[in-house]
Amino acid sequence: MTTSEFDSYRPPEPPRRRRRDLFRRSRSDDGAQARGRARGAGPGGGRRRGGGADGSREMPMVEEAEFTSYYGRPIVKAPPWGHEISAYLFLGGLAGGSGLLALGAQLTGRELLRRNTRLTALGAVSAGAVALIMDLGRPERFLNMMRTVKVTSPMSLGSWILAGYSTPMGVAAVAEIDRMTGEKLPLGPLRPVLRGAEGPAGLAAAVLAAPLAAYTAVLLSDTAVPTWHGARKHLPYVFVSSASLAAGGAAMVTTPTSQTGPARVLAALGVIGDVVAMHVMKDTMHPAEAEPLDTGGPGAKLKWAERLAIVGGIGTLFAGNRLVAAASGTALLAASALTRFGVLEAGLESTKDPKHVIEPQKDRLAARRAAGITDDSITTAG
Amino acid sequence: MTAPMTAPAEQHPNAATSTPNDTADPAGATGWEHTHERKGFFTDTSICIGCKACEVACKEWNRNPADGSLELLGSSYDNTGGLGANTWRHVAFIEQDAEQIAAARASGRRLVNLGMPTLRTRDVDTPTPGAPTPGAPTPGAPTSGAPTAGGPAAGGPPVDALAAAETLGDADLTPPDTPEFRWLMASDVCKHCTHAGCLDVCPTGALFRTEFGTVVVQADVCNGCGTCVAGCPFGVIERRDDGTINPPTERESPAAGKPIEQDVPHPRTANKCTLCYDRLVAGDQPACAKTCPTTSIKFGDRADMVATAEQRVRDLHAQGMTEARLYGANPNDGVGGTGSVFLLLDEPEVYGLPPDPRVATKDLPQMFATAGIAAAGMIAATALAFLGGRK
Repeated sequence: MTTSEFDSYRPPEPPRRRRRDLFRRSRSDDGAQARGRARGAGPGGGRRRGGGADGSREMPMVEEAEFTSYYGRPIVKAPPWGHEISAYLFLGGLAGGSGLLALGAQLTGRELLRRNTRLTALGAVSAGAVALIMDLGRPERFLNMMRTVKVTSPMSLGSWILAGYSTPMGVAAVAEIDRMTGEKLPLGPLRPVLRGAEGPAGLAAAVLAAPLAAYTAVLLSDTAVPTWHGARKHLPYVFVSSASLAAGGAAMVTTPTSQTGPARVLAALGVIGDVVAMHVMKDTMHPAEAEPLDTGGPGAKLKWAERLAIVGGIGTLFAGNRLVAAASGTALLAASALTRFGVLEAGLESTKDPKHVIEPQKDRLAARRAAGITDDSITTAG
Repeated sequence: MTAPMTAPAEQHPNAATSTPNDTADPAGATGWEHTHERKGFFTDTSICIGCKACEVACKEWNRNPADGSLELLGSSYDNTGGLGANTWRHVAFIEQDAEQIAAARASGRRLVNLGMPTLRTRDVDTPTPGAPTPGAPTPGAPTSGAPTAGGPAAGGPPVDALAAAETLGDADLTPPDTPEFRWLMASDVCKHCTHAGCLDVCPTGALFRTEFGTVVVQADVCNGCGTCVAGCPFGVIERRDDGTINPPTERESPAAGKPIEQDVPHPRTANKCTLCYDRLVAGDQPACAKTCPTTSIKFGDRADMVATAEQRVRDLHAQGMTEARLYGANPNDGVGGTGSVFLLLDEPEVYGLPPDPRVATKDLPQMFATAGIAAAGMIAATALAFLGGRK
């Protein structure tokens, strides 16, 4: 026991380790030696446990590390993307799905469905574009997105897809607004032109509708953010499914049940795709990459997204009742929004703890070395 | 909707885009018609003394703002934290005991025993066709600095002269100094990758490849979308959302408690090391390299830097410091080799560097294909919905 006055202050004891932590420790001890190396553990290794009432039980002064990192600091940086981007992911998907429904309605003569899906699409795509611009560091320079077309940049392609989708969709939706308001828009001689352009515009928008719903998955995956990049093989399926169920749900809310048959089918297919793709995605990812999708706030959001999607999906089967349809449509919209918020936030979360970066990378490096590929490591012995 | 498809058979993970020519001349690959050599750093952390002069010189030359009030971060002498929008050089401090030194030494030895470096083709420097196959130079007497030792490794497992020579059986493995404790210090910087993730994903073209093979942001073009931040596998580039140039007393107006408008350069755009582009075009060297008192930071043609680095590792190995290894010198790695090469004395993650970085765009063709299938599935589902719904 020391009598130095400097030892009189002791910081508050941290809470006891729970069993789960112990399991995790022992698992990492089995793993690579370097990973189990505890930072700051003195010679003799580890901290002493046990001891008794005489105060010999020592409190750890340094957090026990499960793997080596630089003071636990992040390796990869989170992009400065806030809720606006999550909202855009949702709105872009909703717009894309609605564009496809609008074309279907246009071709099959479901006038109300066509009108409502077009308006939904225009509203969603406009709000989404505003959200995107708001999230820029320099919103006044948003037009710089149109400086160039860059195939290596999903953001660049996405900007062109967004512009290429919203322009014809705007034409089609303005035609609807004109009809709704009893031809009160001051169009003058342009009205016949608008009427003529409406159909082709709906078709043109539909061409880019599915890419609009799918590209955001590539945008997220084409980064160094471990959870997003790890999800690259299945995230597009999750996103188009989520877009389909959102668009179907929106149509179920806005449109009488007599015309929403196809929307309900699309929503139901979307629910199945969403639930299946999400599970397959998580199962095929490295555990350290998938973990943020299951834990914390993002994990809770995704869990609720799944529940709401299933509830809404079941609701599509009881379509006769307008109230049931509207309620399930709302549930589906909420499910889609929660999916997008959950996926985005899980990615941001995965950058905070370097283990999400280090563990998958060490594992894949070890796997390549085990397979005899030793010539592609960034670390070389000379 | 669509059942997730099985992805196409995996190619060799890094086979897609990396060609040694890119590594030698990424600027040429971008369309520059010139005779500039690719420039780069060699940061030799074994002689870094942690003075942080590079951090200061970088801040001063580039007029980078401070991150905020000074803080003690509780990480040895590192109170800078890491690279970011306002910090383009960062000195890491790692304190290690005998156990960790031994582990680092062992991991370095494992690296040698893997048969590394086994660089597939180092025809960057066009090896002489008649060069003898790697013989067995005596250990402790390293071959001259020529990086051509690898030679064209056709057929059998590619083995470098060093790997062939370094059985380490004869090497003097007595730890040279401070066996109880050591302090690792390393000045980190932008890697100026051959295949730069930030550059690839930038939607505006604000990021570009200079004639020196480096990667630079044009601050007046960048609109701060932040995609590059996510694209960098090293966590280097960042959007300048904070940063201060006023002293603490002049950051908030006393009356309202509101922040005073500060004239921070290039606010809310992406910022990172430019390898002092403005100094390079004037024929000077980067500020950090010029100021480094121990020549831990060396600047020059990348090929020379790599050759120097390889020689240095050989020397250290000969002294028994088997923990020495290079980071970023391999043109076959996930980013096609980095412009900034490092000599490390432990695993990269100890320094906060990723152990196996890989530029995300390498998987982009596969991602676009997956997205295309997904989009087609969505169209098919819609078609099915309407065809099925039509009674």
